[in-house]
Amino acid sequence: MKTLIDLFCTFFRIGAFTFGGGYAMLSLIQREVVDNKKWATDEEVLDYYAVAQCTPGVIAVNTATFVGYKQKGTLGAIFATAGVVFPSLIIICIIAAALQNFMQYTIVQHIFGGIRVAVAVLIINAVITMGKKAIKDKLCVFLALAAFAVSVIFPSVSPVFIVLAAALIGNIAKKGGAEK
Amino acid sequence: MIFVRLFWEFFKTGLFSVGGGLATIPFLKAMGASYGWFDEKLLGNMIAVGESTPGPIGVNMATYVGFTVGYDHFGSVGALLGSIIATVGLVMPSVIIILIVARLLAAFKENKLVERSFYAIRPAVTGMIASAAVMMIKSGIFTNGGKLLSSLNIKAAVLFALLLFFTNKIKLHPIFYIIIAGAAGAIFSL
Repeated sequence: MKTLIDLFCTFFRIGAFTFGGGYAMLSLIQREVVDNKKWATDEEVLDYYAVAQCTPGVIAVNTATFVGYKQKGTLGAIFATAGVVFPSLIIICIIAAALQNFMQYTIVQHIFGGIRVAVAVLIINAVITMGKKAIKDKLCVFLALAAFAVSVIFPSVSPVFIVLAAALIGNIAKKGGAEK
Repeated sequence: MIFVRLFWEFFKTGLFSVGGGLATIPFLKAMGASYGWFDEKLLGNMIAVGESTPGPIGVNMATYVGFTVGYDHFGSVGALLGSIIATVGLVMPSVIIILIVARLLAAFKENKLVERSFYAIRPAVTGMIASAAVMMIKSGIFTNGGKLLSSLNIKAAVLFALLLFFTNKIKLHPIFYIIIAGAAGAIFSL
């Protein structure tokens, strides 16, 4: 039980003190999980992280589940995951409730008018960063353009179909030639 | 029942979003378009809040959407329930998948099917996020959904160009650009 509470608290701290997930979170996970708690080695954490990135879902959640499972089985996985998610639940509920009251003020609307411009820019930059890593050949270019076109033209098409179609095309195209 | 639908939508999002926080945006965009739970402006606000508060972005946005949908149907209690249900829905596939993968880690890393699938899914996700970027540009710098050039908001367009230039010159945490843009919005009445 002590370890379970410890898992929850450790991942609560990780969830509460990282902004934006991704690599910012990795360094905090390494400090807490490897240096402080000695639950895993540096290499193991990098392994978990690599798997977390190539399994679906939120990367931080996947890593938390992994560390929790290795430490205390399924129950450990649940406690670690609950810990990493809990700060978000509290913080977002407070902010969302506050914003609902403040949104009636013109000045707040103007502030968010500016912020939405920044969001557009941040997403464009994310697309560029992701594209550089993800787009490796002509097939990738085609898949990116096709997914873009479909979701612009048919906004309510579920991304589930696009993801499945891409996976199918990838497997068919790579089956013949590119065996390593 | 609205909460069942909310759970199911986020379960699908957790199961099929690959590539970290921003990969959930295309799913949220489709939810807004299909169910009318929120418009493009509110989605933009939610992304901004999700990026500038602690915690994983995907989780933050699930909580926010759950809060909004729950509040619209059942007030404050609904908001609390909705935020929990959406978050649990998003996280549950992760937990299930990792519990399976953790047992057969080595086999998973070598698996050709997995490798080929992710090789193809990543560019598709990039394309979908690009379409979300187009949507955000439309709602951010055009005044009425952005069909006509005449509806271009000049002040917002200038801010957009400046931010695009400086974010690629100086790498700061996104939260700084969000704060600067918020201040600009207040000063120049965007």
